[in-house]
Amino acid sequence: MTTTTLAVLVPLLPFLGAAAGLLLGRTAPGFVRPLAVLPTLAAAGLAVAVAVRQGGGPAVEASTELTPTGSVPVDLALYVDGFAALVAVLVGVVAACVQIYSTAYLRDDPRYPSYAALVSLFTSAMLLVVYSGDLMVLLVGWEVMGICSYFLVGHYWETPEARAASLKAFLVTKLGDVPFLIGLFALASAAGTFRITGVLGAVAAGTIEHPTLVALLLLAGVAGKSAQFPLHTWLPDAMAGPTPVSALIHAATMVAAGVYLVARLLPLFAASAAAMTVLAAMAAVTMVGSGLAALAQDDIKRVLAYSTIGQLGYMTGALAVGDRGAAVFHLLSHGAFKAVLFLAAGVVIHAAGTNSLAAMSRMSGLARRVPDAFWTMTVALLALAAIPPFAGFFSKEAVLVAAEHAALDGSGAVPAAAGWTVLVAGLATALLTAAYAARLWLRTFRGRGAEAPDHGRQPLAMTSVLWVLAVPSLAFGLAYGALPEWFDGRALTPTLTTAVLGTGAALVGGLVTYAAWRHATAPAARPPAGAVTAHPGEAPAVSAAADPTDPGRLLLGPLHRSAAEGFRVDALYSALFVRPVRAGARLVSFLDREVVDAYVRGSGTGARLLGAAVRRAQTGNVQTYLGALLAGSVAVAVLAVVLSHTNAGS
Amino acid sequence: MHLAYPAVLAVLLFCIGLYGVLARRNAILVLMSVELMLNAVNLNLVAFDVWLRDTLHAGQALTLFTIAIAAAEIGIGLAIVLMVYRNRGTSDVDRLRDTAERPGDDGPGGGPDRPTAPADREEKAEAAA
Amino acid sequence: MTPAAPQGFLSPTGVEVAFVLVGLATLGAALVSVTTRRLVHAALWLVVALGGVAVEYLLLTAEFIAWVQVLIYVGSVVVLLLFGLMLTKAPIGPSPDADSGNRWIALGVAGLAAATLGWVVLDAFRTAWIDLDGPVQGSTRVTGDMLFRHWVLPFEALSVLLLAALVGAIVLSRKDPRATGDTAAPGSRGADGTEDPEGTR
Repeated sequence: MTTTTLAVLVPLLPFLGAAAGLLLGRTAPGFVRPLAVLPTLAAAGLAVAVAVRQGGGPAVEASTELTPTGSVPVDLALYVDGFAALVAVLVGVVAACVQIYSTAYLRDDPRYPSYAALVSLFTSAMLLVVYSGDLMVLLVGWEVMGICSYFLVGHYWETPEARAASLKAFLVTKLGDVPFLIGLFALASAAGTFRITGVLGAVAAGTIEHPTLVALLLLAGVAGKSAQFPLHTWLPDAMAGPTPVSALIHAATMVAAGVYLVARLLPLFAASAAAMTVLAAMAAVTMVGSGLAALAQDDIKRVLAYSTIGQLGYMTGALAVGDRGAAVFHLLSHGAFKAVLFLAAGVVIHAAGTNSLAAMSRMSGLARRVPDAFWTMTVALLALAAIPPFAGFFSKEAVLVAAEHAALDGSGAVPAAAGWTVLVAGLATALLTAAYAARLWLRTFRGRGAEAPDHGRQPLAMTSVLWVLAVPSLAFGLAYGALPEWFDGRALTPTLTTAVLGTGAALVGGLVTYAAWRHATAPAARPPAGAVTAHPGEAPAVSAAADPTDPGRLLLGPLHRSAAEGFRVDALYSALFVRPVRAGARLVSFLDREVVDAYVRGSGTGARLLGAAVRRAQTGNVQTYLGALLAGSVAVAVLAVVLSHTNAGS
Repeated sequence: MHLAYPAVLAVLLFCIGLYGVLARRNAILVLMSVELMLNAVNLNLVAFDVWLRDTLHAGQALTLFTIAIAAAEIGIGLAIVLMVYRNRGTSDVDRLRDTAERPGDDGPGGGPDRPTAPADREEKAEAAA
Repeated sequence: MTPAAPQGFLSPTGVEVAFVLVGLATLGAALVSVTTRRLVHAALWLVVALGGVAVEYLLLTAEFIAWVQVLIYVGSVVVLLLFGLMLTKAPIGPSPDADSGNRWIALGVAGLAAATLGWVVLDAFRTAWIDLDGPVQGSTRVTGDMLFRHWVLPFEALSVLLLAALVGAIVLSRKDPRATGDTAAPGSRGADGTEDPEGTR
């Protein structure tokens, strides 16, 4: 088979699997698991094969036009370069792992068939986004992902949080998608094509008239999809979905799509210094803010969600300094270790029976209960904190090197200010990342108090994928030497300055957190676990706020409360948008009920009265009818005669 | 003879029949009035036939036909009236008000009283048969 | 229309006088027939009215029609109507509710129609005269000639119609012993309507 055929099969197989799963889900439950796992696994294998064949060489291109679609043609185009090949491998592998994991994690769920089919569809859509060479086809995958995320986040729709979270994810990403769509049309009409290669050619030729406007419009969609400030609020709430879905959304698919798109269209963004500056500012705010917020969260999954936002901030930062190689490098390594983190967190939550870090910190021996999760999560947290030689170190270094390069050299398109912003924010975030990673680890696995409940061994399907994904978390960074030939060719090697600075910041963050933890738990050890027994029924958020053993509380000080609430961005949005919209809706509802309906009711009453009047004639007496009929015919006769007379006379 | 005499006679006879059809309550009296109207038409036909001196005598032929058809009509009509009478116990035209809206149907203006006849449906079916 | 007419508008001949007198009697009988409260009297007054029309036919020289009129209407139709009145148990004495409530509407419509038609007819035939002195128009010989020379086919069709009416009347008025209160019976009866003529012959 040619590489093109293989590449076409990669998104097609999960799609067919999803369709078959949806069709057969009820009638043949025995086929659901194979139908969920095998196509995704095959797609992952094919993605690897495509990557091997492509081998970092020239891009594989193919396109066909199904039918003319008006002024700007829409092609079914395939474009596989090094970025696409590697991201597709990541997507395929993570999705396959998630599918295998889900067979065990959701084995008792009655809605597993539709869940598995939607995950397959989600994967297929992301692969379509990755491989597509046409912006319209890419948009199709982009929107399919949006609707799939809506369904998957709302998987537990019995709970109001899940319903609200799914709606919020959908609305916020759609809010970004509207300008995104307009931006796409503006871009296509300026370039005369939806093909990415054509668009980039137009950018290079300088025929795009308003690159800043187009870039900012596209940026809105990217911010929504990749959960960048100020459209990041949906991501922490999306934790209401099942944990494997979180892993899928955070590691490989949905949030990666935005970064990937900017990486594909980077020359367009680079054509506008303003867009790059905005991108840098957005990345910096996202990084630092999410780091602070992550330090204050109590829910283990929310910590991970904010860390995802922060790591995505790194990626956009790398893009803001014009190095998409570094961005995609970080995307790949982040995908690996974030998938591990989420899947391991799922195992830990299963074992502990709670999401709350405060509750976990009052359990001892959780690490012994789930050794696989403990070790893989440790590896992944080290990668997250960018400790050498784990994967996160190299990819984060690549970002910092690119930022330093841009800041010091101020080369061409990238403003030096953007470089400095990203560099400083990146270093600060390295410190924060290490701090919250250490806090997460300490609170989860170094808890003191009652023995953690024993739920028996975790299923093999759940633990094995952890190790599969832990390997790249551990070792993927060592590929920094081979990766540049897949990407733009710019070196991704760490430099001494940034390595020392970044690792130093990370170590400082980790050590300070450890010290704070020791300090906080020392007095708390004397009345052991009093808080737990005193308030067993309280909501986790409340008990977390009152939990004195939290090192994050000590570190953040007065910032803690607002950080725990995500810096009240939600409240701000609620005041700015939700309430006016609700008031407007009430107004419209009032107008509809009292004004528009008045006409409707009036016409109804009028018709009823008319009917009542007409009904009086409907007596059932045939003679009356006949009389009326004959009177009418006499009148007509008179009229005819009179008319003929007047006509004859005139 | 002046043509206006038979013509006006026919007109008046017709209108008397018309009045009878509209005003009479008994169905058989209505049928009688219909006969009057038919006769008025026949008179017209004969008068004009004679006036025009038609070689085919279409007027007179049609008069004969009308008389025959009127006889058939009175036979069928009486049969129907008899059946209605058998089923309803009355042959009053203004009390056969099945086409009126029932008071329970909808809204105010319910129709006037009518005999509650369980044989309604049967009568309709018979009429259809 | 007949410019050679020798008469003036008001120069009645003997036939005209007779016609008008008989016409007045006919109208009066018809009027009584539709207004009387005794139902049987109405039928009897109808006999007078129809007889008057027969006389008018005679005066118009249509003698065959006149005898047919007497035969069919006076002889059979009125008898049928009387039978009908009898079978529906019509009261012999005056019945106060012989006229329905909308008699005033009926009066209005009838009056209006009479005025309109009378006006139109008078306006149209003010100057038309019937020549009764020529060859006889409606003798039995002439009628038979034209009926069986020119109108044979409609005549035969009419006989079929009469047969159908006969069958229909019998079917309608027959009491079905099987179907007293049975709703399914009428349909079946209509379906085997072909056997009824056999039964009546």
